[in-house]
Amino acid sequence: MIANAYELIVNILTAIGIYEPVYGFFQSFGLEYLLRIIIVVVEIVVLLVFVLLSVMFLSWLERKMFGWVQSRYGPMVTGPHGLFQPIADGIKLVGKEDIIPASADRWIFTLAPFIIFVPALLVFVPLPFGDTLILSDLRMGLIYIIAISALSPVSILLAGWASNNKYSLMGAMRAVAQDISYTIPLALAAIAVVLYVGSLSTVDIVRAQEGTWFGIIPRWFIFMQPLAFILFLIASIAEMGRIPFDFQESEQELVAGFFTEYSGMKFAMYFLGEYAHLFAVSGVVVTIFLGGWTGPVLSPIPVQITSLVYFIIKTYAVILFAMWLRDTVPRVRIDQLLNLGWKIMIPLALLNLLVTSFLLTARVI
Amino acid sequence: METDELLINMGPVHPSTHGVLRFKLIMDGEIIRDCKVVMGYLHRGTEKLAEMKTYLQFIPYTDRLDYIAAMPNNYAYVRAVEELAGIEAPLRAEYIRVLTMELNRITNHLVFMGSLLLDLGASTPIMYGFREREKALQLYEMLCGARMTFSYMRVGGVREDLPEGFIPRLNEFIKDMEMRIVDYEQLINDNEIFLLRMKNIGVISAEEAINYGMTGPSLRGSGVNYDIRKLEPYSIYPDLDFKACVRKECDSYARYLVRIDEMKESLHILKQIADTIPAGEIITTQKYGIAPVTGAPTSVMPYFPRIFTPPEGEVYTRIEAPKGELGFYVVSDGTTKPYRVKIRSPSFCNLVAIPKMVVGLKIPDLIAAFGTIDVVLGDVDR
Repeated sequence: MIANAYELIVNILTAIGIYEPVYGFFQSFGLEYLLRIIIVVVEIVVLLVFVLLSVMFLSWLERKMFGWVQSRYGPMVTGPHGLFQPIADGIKLVGKEDIIPASADRWIFTLAPFIIFVPALLVFVPLPFGDTLILSDLRMGLIYIIAISALSPVSILLAGWASNNKYSLMGAMRAVAQDISYTIPLALAAIAVVLYVGSLSTVDIVRAQEGTWFGIIPRWFIFMQPLAFILFLIASIAEMGRIPFDFQESEQELVAGFFTEYSGMKFAMYFLGEYAHLFAVSGVVVTIFLGGWTGPVLSPIPVQITSLVYFIIKTYAVILFAMWLRDTVPRVRIDQLLNLGWKIMIPLALLNLLVTSFLLTARVI
Repeated sequence: METDELLINMGPVHPSTHGVLRFKLIMDGEIIRDCKVVMGYLHRGTEKLAEMKTYLQFIPYTDRLDYIAAMPNNYAYVRAVEELAGIEAPLRAEYIRVLTMELNRITNHLVFMGSLLLDLGASTPIMYGFREREKALQLYEMLCGARMTFSYMRVGGVREDLPEGFIPRLNEFIKDMEMRIVDYEQLINDNEIFLLRMKNIGVISAEEAINYGMTGPSLRGSGVNYDIRKLEPYSIYPDLDFKACVRKECDSYARYLVRIDEMKESLHILKQIADTIPAGEIITTQKYGIAPVTGAPTSVMPYFPRIFTPPEGEVYTRIEAPKGELGFYVVSDGTTKPYRVKIRSPSFCNLVAIPKMVVGLKIPDLIAAFGTIDVVLGDVDR
């Protein structure tokens, strides 16, 4: 039984007959742990490349989508249908002057844009991209994901505080208030699923969604826990800080919010972080509620490939939903958002939890 | 909890102050405790410039007041000069003038709608608004070659007659626009988030609004039926069928709805004009040759001298511009140049009511309330 991507790589290498001689080679020096490290590093590099390419593609897709909604083309000039626009933008931003305001806290100011990347990337660790395509199947994967994504306002707060700018500070404060009020319904909504599955492992959650009802309806948790799904989705969008909940950067009010003072590559880091976060959170929504990588098995093709394709299709569906939302609705006000979080979403999530646990105890579902 | 008050200078460079305007805000966290409007960053001395230009030379300067809707500025000024000099424009010219002004009311409100929604964070409506506005601007381009700064009106008439094919294209625009307004209403008016942001925000009672000197749609959103086209009818408005749009709620949402209603009324007016526009001269044939004519007429077209001297006197005219009451006070000392021109601009008078609306609210509410006042900084600072 293959559990994660590491074992998958070992298996493939064994199958084509490379693993044994290489392992023997390393063993002869007594350095077999070095081989393990190399394989893990390869895994991480593949993941990083995948995430960065996705991020670039997403920034292009967002602008394209924006254009389509607004009856215009979006980027068209750089490459086919402007596909290379993110690269051009990246080159431009690297060439920009890197300004650090005189009154800023230099170290924290420089560090903050890189810190924002950390939670967005760490979320990918227990995220199953496909059958066995997972870096590490943590036993408490879901708690890990929620805890890690709750870290992202730390970097926003650092950036806002270090910039020594009133708008930045207000944006940072908003981000913190928003995150506190939205991590709770997010966790409560996810716990309803955990109660049903009986495990926090993301792989177990996906496995519990295999199969269908009546041969047609997939056994996804979106159908069993529709309320939890809606709450989780809203809380996720709030946590990502996208319209209608993008208070930390709300352009029309706070200029650019917490990254008002940033320019050049540091500015680009925030954009990369935002899209990495978008991809990660969409992946989590798919894993918990939309059946993860499950889908019809097409026997000649390896299940790793089909499941990866299913996962990416579903993730992009969620991403496109978030983009569509951003293109169409205005922003709510910060106090209205907090009201929504504390007065509506948390009670609803608790109610959902109560009903679910009652039904589970009564063995109805 | 005791907190320090925070002074925020919002502007003069800020994404949603619609130009160079500064709000001096005393903040308690997110709540506005005090708001001062600081203006004058776009002051160009237009009124003083008028004293150094001949009456006709000043027309292009009026375009730069409210550059989103320049035709009413043109008209308000030439009407003042016409009254001063005792000239009357021919009927066809008046029809064309009202046509262009009502078209401008629509383009202005389209920009208003788009920029208001953009201020609220929805970036799509402005694109839709500009798509329709583009069609209207093409009509203007057809008419006078300019898209925003027209300088189209002349003392005693207009510069050029309607080009061939203008009326059919106008009808097309009207038909298209009627459909689009329904679209906008469906997209925006009942949007839950939009209602949350607009209802009961930026409330100003009718009495306060009058005391602050607010006019136009912003005042009519407070339930005051004050439309100069009705109260003091000018041009051909008495012959047209339309109604002043009034809402009683006094909040941002009412001010928004008034403007959407006004677009429909303007379309109604345009339709009437397109059907009934009479033939005739477009500039007065009245002889008014007090000053020597420089540059002899090159065609057989009716000609009005470029330099003329109205009799000594003063006149104040006011019209209903898209943003409110636009007044021109012109004093003549019997020379070729005005002695004094004073402009009563609607944006300036409406803007000063902002602190009254927003104290105690939050920054996003300031943006929303400011958006519904519909201010152009060229008009505020002159």
